[in-house]
Amino acid sequence: MSSALGGGLTPKFVGVETEFGITVDGPSEVNPVLASSLVVGAYRLPGDGDVGFDHSDEHPMRDARRAEVPDPHEPVVDDELGLANTVLTNGARFYVDHAHPEYATPECANARDLVIWDKAGERILEDAARRATATLPPGSRVLIHKNNTDGKGAAYGMHENYLVSRAVPFGRLTRELLPFFVSRPVYAGAGRLGTEFDRDVPFQLSQRADFFEVEVGLETTLKRPLMNTRDEPHADPDRYRRLHVINGDATLCEVATLVKVGAMLLVLDVIEEGSLPAMPGLAHPVEAFQQVSHDLTCSRPLRMDDGSRMTALEIQWVYLDACKRSVKERGVEDAVTREVLTRWETVLSTAADDPRRLSGLVDWATKLELLEGYRGRHGLDWDHDRLKMVDLQYHDVRQDKGLYQRLAARDRVERLVTDAEVAHAIERPPRDTRAWFRGECIRRFREQIVAAGWDSLIFDLGRDALQRVPMMEPGRGTEAQLGALLDEVSSAKELLDRLTR
Amino acid sequence: MSDGGQVHKGGGDSSQDDEHQQPEAAAGASTGEDTKELLDDVDELLDEIDDVLEENAEEFVRAYVQKGGQ
Repeated sequence: MSSALGGGLTPKFVGVETEFGITVDGPSEVNPVLASSLVVGAYRLPGDGDVGFDHSDEHPMRDARRAEVPDPHEPVVDDELGLANTVLTNGARFYVDHAHPEYATPECANARDLVIWDKAGERILEDAARRATATLPPGSRVLIHKNNTDGKGAAYGMHENYLVSRAVPFGRLTRELLPFFVSRPVYAGAGRLGTEFDRDVPFQLSQRADFFEVEVGLETTLKRPLMNTRDEPHADPDRYRRLHVINGDATLCEVATLVKVGAMLLVLDVIEEGSLPAMPGLAHPVEAFQQVSHDLTCSRPLRMDDGSRMTALEIQWVYLDACKRSVKERGVEDAVTREVLTRWETVLSTAADDPRRLSGLVDWATKLELLEGYRGRHGLDWDHDRLKMVDLQYHDVRQDKGLYQRLAARDRVERLVTDAEVAHAIERPPRDTRAWFRGECIRRFREQIVAAGWDSLIFDLGRDALQRVPMMEPGRGTEAQLGALLDEVSSAKELLDRLTR
Repeated sequence: MSDGGQVHKGGGDSSQDDEHQQPEAAAGASTGEDTKELLDDVDELLDEIDDVLEENAEEFVRAYVQKGGQ
């Protein structure tokens, strides 16, 4: 990974958390917290033990703006005690959060892997919901949607997590990322009917944009900020911070997910390198974010803080050009980076030419094409319930019912990864991050693991004390580093003896 | 911000768009033959939506209420 970066930059890792929409349809009255717990619990395969999640290194209230690092032993507020919370053999965490089932991908070293393990999450949720449905009385079923709003005032998140160098000042990170965040719904928006505002907005690019109120802050559930300051690296805090990005949508289109995450990874390299060209900031970032989301032409100019105007696409081109230049100068030539740059350029050029032609590449345009066609055929008003059903069912994770899933099965949307890769990722972790060690240990030594976290595994070997294996470097614990060792040992005890020898 | 948000088809009140324009708008600018192919494609797609869309759509979307999350 580090060799592909060039220029001595910190290796970047990414993981994405998705809170899925959940509903129980039918006569059974099941509250969403219980339903979520049912879904997460149902996924555990029969006979499998339960690997709990280790929270001991979590500090969700740590704030990136504070200079001092809080005591790592401070008690952690955990409101999830008693709720299903598991770690899977693919290195992911699958748990209940805020009345939603949440899937957090394993750490990935590149954007294409992220697409694969994000897709694996859709399959895991589909499977889990089917198992949960089987436990309900006949006539009731659990349905799962990979969306971010119910269209009635509630929003729930898709959070991207990027490991970035502690050396980059948070103020600069914020300044240089805000215009990027504000302009990316053009390709990263999942699209929705309606708005949270008292305006005539039949359809907009982003599911989440209307729910943002401030530029920078620690909150995630109210007064949502474009730039979230949660600083909980799950890694060496002297070297890294975790950039917790909460302003995006959960995307289904593989091209959208690849560009959403891949462009971010490259932009973070450029910011770390200090090579982003000077550009004005937005005069009003939050309003601009909503303006971009409400503009289906992708062409309305945004007011900048120096009095000039730029469109979302012009802003994106500044970042794309800077990334292309940086990649060339660093001699980075890996296939994923090339693919990200090509796809990024394609979506921007297509949006400039005719944004409707983004259908099949990004979610908002794909969904809008379905809505317009369906509306035309049945002569429906924009606020008709059947159009709302099309909007909602686009996100249904079932392969036979979800509208996106149907399009993907017929190659009506562009695919970047194969079904075989996704099937593999349901059970196995990425090979080139610490997720490999986590997932493989759980697969091989489930009985001896009492808890797993992002940065540790806790073993019970029947001794007086539990044994904790720290994993503070996301790039360590790969198959290349530990594959031979894991193949050689026949027990968890032997593994720990060899590791601590 | 007040100017944001129209579904752009010839301006005006989008809720009263001429429905006959929809397929053309969806298909974009193309030659006659391409357009026909795309229209067939769109038709097939819409048939499929009719096939799989939840039967109790009205009731379903009205009942679809989520707890807020992050």
